[in-house]
Amino acid sequence: MSKTATLKKPAFEFPKAYIGPLLISGILLAAHLSFGILDSYWKLATAIGVSFLTEAVLYYLMFGKTRNMASAYVSGISAGILVRSPMVWPFALCAMISIASKYVLRYKGRHIWNPTNFGVVMIILLASDSAAVLSIQWGSNMWAMLVIWLVGLVTLWKIKRFHITFVYIISFLIFGWFRSLYTGDAFLAEIAPMTGPMYQLFVLFMMTDPKTTLSTRNGRMLVAFLIALVEFFFRLNEAVYAPFYALFIVGPIALIVEDWWRNGFSFKTTEKEKRDEFPSPKAGFFRNAAR
Amino acid sequence: MNKHYATRIGIIIFFIGLLLVPAGLRQIEAFRSAEVFEDMEQAIERYGFYLEDVTQVSGVNFIHQRPTLDPQLNHILPQISSVGASVAVADFNKNGLHDFYLTNSRFGAPNALYVNQGEGRFTDMAAELGVAGVNTEKTGVSMGSVWGDFNNNGYEDLLIYRWGYLALFENNQGEGFTDVTLASGLKDAGWMNANTAVWLDYNGNGYLDLFVGGYFHEDVNFWNLENTMIMPDSYEYATNGGRNYLFENQGDGTFKDVSEQLGLLETRRWTLAAAAGDLNGSGYPDLVLANDYGVDELFLNQNGTGFRNAGESAGMGFVPKSGMSVAFADVLNQGNLAIYVTNISEAGVLMQGNNLWVPSRRSTGDRLRFRNLAGNMGVEIGEWGYGGQFIDFNNNGFADLYVANGYVSDEPDTDYWYDYAKVVGGNRNVIMDARNWPAMQGRTFSGYQNNKIWMNDGAGRFREVAAAVGGLLNLDSRSVAYADLYGNGALDLIVANQNGPVKVYKNHVNPAHNWVAFSLEGVISNKSAIGAQITLFWDESRHVKTIHAGDAFSSQSQRPLHFGIGLSEDIIRAEIRWPSGIIQTIDAPEINRLHRITEPSES
Repeated sequence: MSKTATLKKPAFEFPKAYIGPLLISGILLAAHLSFGILDSYWKLATAIGVSFLTEAVLYYLMFGKTRNMASAYVSGISAGILVRSPMVWPFALCAMISIASKYVLRYKGRHIWNPTNFGVVMIILLASDSAAVLSIQWGSNMWAMLVIWLVGLVTLWKIKRFHITFVYIISFLIFGWFRSLYTGDAFLAEIAPMTGPMYQLFVLFMMTDPKTTLSTRNGRMLVAFLIALVEFFFRLNEAVYAPFYALFIVGPIALIVEDWWRNGFSFKTTEKEKRDEFPSPKAGFFRNAAR
Repeated sequence: MNKHYATRIGIIIFFIGLLLVPAGLRQIEAFRSAEVFEDMEQAIERYGFYLEDVTQVSGVNFIHQRPTLDPQLNHILPQISSVGASVAVADFNKNGLHDFYLTNSRFGAPNALYVNQGEGRFTDMAAELGVAGVNTEKTGVSMGSVWGDFNNNGYEDLLIYRWGYLALFENNQGEGFTDVTLASGLKDAGWMNANTAVWLDYNGNGYLDLFVGGYFHEDVNFWNLENTMIMPDSYEYATNGGRNYLFENQGDGTFKDVSEQLGLLETRRWTLAAAAGDLNGSGYPDLVLANDYGVDELFLNQNGTGFRNAGESAGMGFVPKSGMSVAFADVLNQGNLAIYVTNISEAGVLMQGNNLWVPSRRSTGDRLRFRNLAGNMGVEIGEWGYGGQFIDFNNNGFADLYVANGYVSDEPDTDYWYDYAKVVGGNRNVIMDARNWPAMQGRTFSGYQNNKIWMNDGAGRFREVAAAVGGLLNLDSRSVAYADLYGNGALDLIVANQNGPVKVYKNHVNPAHNWVAFSLEGVISNKSAIGAQITLFWDESRHVKTIHAGDAFSSQSQRPLHFGIGLSEDIIRAEIRWPSGIIQTIDAPEINRLHRITEPSES
């Protein structure tokens, strides 16, 4: 009898695609039940609903088929949490821009901005008189904050994304210390944002999005450091939403540079990339429409 | 063209369209509010009124001075000492003319009592009358005041609330004032950091009781800090504010603190404003509190035996904002009171929006329900709001809205928001300690903001017209009160500004617009008739108003209730519901005059 043991496949394995949606829903639920953080269910539902609709329509137009809505759900719920406005339309607009950016701003067949990051930055830049972004505490309970961080970090560990967050947090703390020396403000004041929900969402979800991060571990760690570095300069210039701007700038550049590096310092598009960039019309909306 | 490329182009156009949406909405808004008139007559013709700044000619030269505090707070002094400018109107000497009291907030700086000399001239007689020197190291500094006849002798007495001790001045028949704080028992309440007070007869016994709202914790003495852990423990869910007080008038000139037994000590919010009014038709005044760093609160009066916190069940107690002011008005002329609460809206940083809580269709006396219709009605986006006061500026029968804006105006083109946002995003252990707050260093913080004048179109929408009607003002305005200062049937305006000059505006109203006013005197009810409601019926319209003693932000407006009726020349009737429960009907009251009504002994 062989002594070699084979690992038994678990009876149920949670699909990785749903870990993100589940985690962000859990955080939102806990925060809302504890503090009532949602301005209204209607605004959240609008963001998610519009996100679903935009994703469904644009994907069908582009590829002629339906798709899994996990990504659209995360974008929608993120818009619902991050956008703060007394009006409903900024929630819908942020969700729509986020999703639409995936279909318009593409490089070699893939989108290069984290959709929510793009949507939020556009709202900040274009609609600042009607909307702002979450920048305050959900509550004053230290334990609630620690639990969110703990659950988030363990989840990132499980899906092998922890290193991104770890490097970013360490870099943020170091740059916070330098800022404190430069500005003369208390070190605690400089790192205070890290204890707030905006950073929790930014660090746990936005930065670690598999679709818009590099393919190598070292590359991802370097990018996390660069985001913290760029954020450092934005903060010195008193940009309230510095981390969003930093990711907005560093993220796409990093992806393009990585592609250039992997292609032997060439920007040339391969045949496969061309196909991905411009999928065959036969696969698109018009093929189905013609049936 | 390849159909696929056409699809892509279509998606790109759609995407660009999305990015242009905000700019498009801005253009529409700019087009709507582009109207500015070059002269008063044009503005009156278009909007029915025009505000003329008459501060200088009226002899009012008061300049509010903010307090200096413990040196440990010097680095953020402007934001801590950002309140204290207030105005309270009363005819304290019963000569038929409205006078007003202004507070100052620096040690040694006198408060002012501007006595109306007629024809728009005022003289400060606070020192002669004994109510000027009330800002001292021993007593604290003034934050506001409210007039109310607590002893029912027919003359309005003066309550001053402070970052310090309360002060109650008994009115000596309009000839002077006597400090009766000690004898009244109010000194026993101890040191507090109060920013609001209202008189109300909560139990309907004919004597005025006193509600006082605390902002900073009462343990904090700003001139002798024990430590610097004085700031809110959360920006939207703070639980470490000052306590609130309800002092019951014992009818013998003394007051008793009954806050706890009446259920008003359940929360520790940072109360900045309060207003009392009967919102559910019970005949007893309810309390609405605007809390900074938290939700609005509604305390329903349980027939004079206590208060029930009904904010959540009424739909008001969910979204935490930065409540600064509470005012009531029948904004839709339906006989129901809506509640306006100002908050903070700062482009790109914090967009809370103001609240206009309007009773929903499902709302009943047993179960109040409100919907926030500020957005639908166009009065949502102010700026850093303080006093929000309903005033029928043009006597057209609809409640218009004046909103004071602006926090700290310091060096132009500087901004403290980044540092502020940095800290308020932090955990309680960080933000509670004032030492962690970055130094302001003379920077402006939501300063130089224009006040808003929103005109009610009578169809459920308000329109901003400040620039068109002479009402542009970009000082750090706090308290807003109205009074018919000239006795001509137009509601004039007094705006108290933090660390700046008070402003007095004469209101020029379209003379074709008619009005009526009622000055009530209680007999069974409290003498000031505070809490009385009048519903006026004319043409197809009706409008309800309540007599308040303190509302909006640190404000008190004229005691008589004033109704515009537009071009109508007849009033059907006025129904008065006295605090005693007596209902009095006055048929077809004459228009364009003030009616003096004394409470009858029975309906």
